[in-house]
Amino acid sequence: MDHFPTNWGRPRNDTVDAYNTYPLHQRPDWRPKDSFADGIQRTQQPIVTGTSVLAIKYKDGIMMAADNLASYGSLARFKDIQRLHVVGDYTILGAGGDMSDFQHIQHTLDSLMIEEFSVDDGHKLGPPEIYEYLSRLMYGRRSEMNPLWNSILVGGFKDGKSFLGYVDLLGTTYSASTLATGYGSMIAQPLLRKAVEGREHLITEEEAREIIKTSMKVLFYRDARSLNKYQIGTITAAGPKIYEAQSSETEWSFAEGIRGYGAQTQ
Amino acid sequence: MPQQRQFNPYSENGGTILAIAGADFAVVAGDTRQSEGYSIQTRYAPKVFRLTDKAVLAVNGFAADGNILVKTVKQRLEWYRHAHAKDMPLRAIARLIQTILYAKRFFPYYVYNILGGIEEDGTGAVYSFDPVGSYEREACRAAGAAQALVQPFLDNQIYFKNQKPKPGQSHPTHLPLDHVLSLVIDSFTSATERHIEVGDGLEIYVVLARGHSAQGLSNIPGAQEISQTDEGERVFVVRRDLKKD
Amino acid sequence: MFRNTYDSDNTVFSPQGRLHQVEYALEAVKQGSAAVGLVSKTHAVLLALKRSTGELAAYQQKMIRIDDHVGIAIAGLTSDARVLSNFMRQQAMSSRMMFNRPVPVNRLVTSIADKAQVNTQEYGRRPYGVGFLVIGQDQSGPHLHEFSPSGNSYEYYAMSIGARSQSAKTYLEKHFAEFADCMLLFRLLATILSYFLGSLEKLIQHGLYALRETLQQDKELTINNTSVGILGPSGVDERNVKADGSFRIIEGAPLRFYLDNMKPKDAPEAPPAAVPAAEPTEPQAPPTEDVQMAEQ
Repeated sequence: MDHFPTNWGRPRNDTVDAYNTYPLHQRPDWRPKDSFADGIQRTQQPIVTGTSVLAIKYKDGIMMAADNLASYGSLARFKDIQRLHVVGDYTILGAGGDMSDFQHIQHTLDSLMIEEFSVDDGHKLGPPEIYEYLSRLMYGRRSEMNPLWNSILVGGFKDGKSFLGYVDLLGTTYSASTLATGYGSMIAQPLLRKAVEGREHLITEEEAREIIKTSMKVLFYRDARSLNKYQIGTITAAGPKIYEAQSSETEWSFAEGIRGYGAQTQ
Repeated sequence: MPQQRQFNPYSENGGTILAIAGADFAVVAGDTRQSEGYSIQTRYAPKVFRLTDKAVLAVNGFAADGNILVKTVKQRLEWYRHAHAKDMPLRAIARLIQTILYAKRFFPYYVYNILGGIEEDGTGAVYSFDPVGSYEREACRAAGAAQALVQPFLDNQIYFKNQKPKPGQSHPTHLPLDHVLSLVIDSFTSATERHIEVGDGLEIYVVLARGHSAQGLSNIPGAQEISQTDEGERVFVVRRDLKKD
Repeated sequence: MFRNTYDSDNTVFSPQGRLHQVEYALEAVKQGSAAVGLVSKTHAVLLALKRSTGELAAYQQKMIRIDDHVGIAIAGLTSDARVLSNFMRQQAMSSRMMFNRPVPVNRLVTSIADKAQVNTQEYGRRPYGVGFLVIGQDQSGPHLHEFSPSGNSYEYYAMSIGARSQSAKTYLEKHFAEFADCMLLFRLLATILSYFLGSLEKLIQHGLYALRETLQQDKELTINNTSVGILGPSGVDERNVKADGSFRIIEGAPLRFYLDNMKPKDAPEAPPAAVPAAEPTEPQAPPTEDVQMAEQ
């Protein structure tokens, strides 16, 4: 039995309880009504997406890599998308996740850098500052339940110090000498850690490039949303640099000679 | 409008924290691993933070919330310093943390907090919180992924639960520093063995009341003093490795 | 009622092109007791003369900490100073929250100067009645800025504001070369030297002499009426200074160390610097890394 007279079918005003049938089962909603509220959509899921980003620390700074694919679901939709982005004089961003959200972040940070440039007082935003700002942005948006659907790596080098940090759509942050987003965090991260952890200050640029190349190749073999065309970016004392796209040499012939998987142990 | 799968604003980043109060000291510790599911995100993400010269806060749960919470608390303490030209006392920090947590009662900071330090009367104290601000002062508390492993151990070793004292003797009310430190280290090495989300590194903060010698720290290599007040309260940090597997 | 036809509203220019209300506001600064600021390559210090309204009253606070790396000394309306310093603290906090960066000192000073400027232009407002000396440190070392109600802000090697501050200025100009000397050296060298020569103590000493110049005939500096603010590495007489040399205010008994070392005012002064020609012709010039003092 419904004990609330308001629900018994008598005519009633939604905002004023004309029959004084306290307690009102449903409180009137006094919040301002936006006529277009139904038309506003928030990112509920990513649409056009990028996959993993990898980054490592090495002797001279940071090396980062991401492939050039932006997928539409399982469709390899855009195959010449750059997912590494230079911010200011000391920082590179690499993003996975929703590409439109990433473009929005690029615009936000570019505007910020222009503002800072205009002040022109010799104070420049370095990687830790940009990372902090981006983290506040990402966490702020998740707290509004309107997230920017990305996992982002921030790499940088300023005043002799290298910087590497991760931030994602939840505002979760962390730093480490090797980082990877998406599938990379499962497939490439173990390879990177094995190659880099404890040797950050010994690895040369050539060596770093080799580590990244191997990892990108393994990722291309195993990640169905990846592309065999990727770009490497470095940030050193010489500044940030994003290189032309390159591809891994792959081998797709019949794997009759491969041993060590499944039932075949001999 | 059709109900869509909703964005989940929370995550759980593993790790464990622990604090024990002595008569005139407090020890607050946490591992440094940050994980999500089966992935280790980083081997070094501190969960224990020095707030003042006699207060240390450990934060465990959703890391993004935790970091913001610590930042917020630190800024509130800075405003207190501006207004009163001194550090906020421990019990006031405890109440402050409650109000900050409770203010977000309907969209909580998904974190368990343990606050440790020295009260104005010079006693060691530990306060533990739930995510929406309930709190109490205790002698010891473990929280986080391995709480279920560590807390019973502490109950037994600190509160002497399920132990009988020798005839004619009674259990001590407070343990000495060196004893407490070995309990902390044992707690974390054990938790590392049995819980996948605990490991990599251990950070132990030790807050000593004025007049307390740092002797209990002598058995522990690598203790590093990070602050000292004019009155003599001292804060130390000890960093140790835990297994990385 | 009005001293002038053109001072009823600050938005009105006089025929001579002056804003009288703004100039009166500058007078309010001169009513306040004096404050002195000096910088060397390693340190920045503030010194201020505290006033009390009578035997029964406490001495008025003259120095405010804004953040670890910024402190101010005030002259003029204390209530206005509270509003502005609160704003500065907010800016400092928000910079740490958003960028995890100590707010650049020059931007902090510019931000309050902009606020002051609005008050010189908009209808129905009044200018602030307070002036600041702001010391701060960043990657390029210690800095000293002056803020005034007119919305101007300048950077200095040494400056004084408040009542009879001209006397202090005269002292600073005369002795500028002595404490500016270490600016010719590289910072590292200056840091090393500071351990042997006590450059911080020298700087404070010069500040105290300058501040003394602003005293009335029968008054002298005491531990009660003096306030010293320091930015930079720990001095000989300091304890528990943080490694980053964050801002601290020295008042009361610890001041004895500095006050006791002062020569009596009547005693003959130390021989003037060998090259008094190194006059501070352009005190506004910011002490940036590459200042070529030798050429001036």
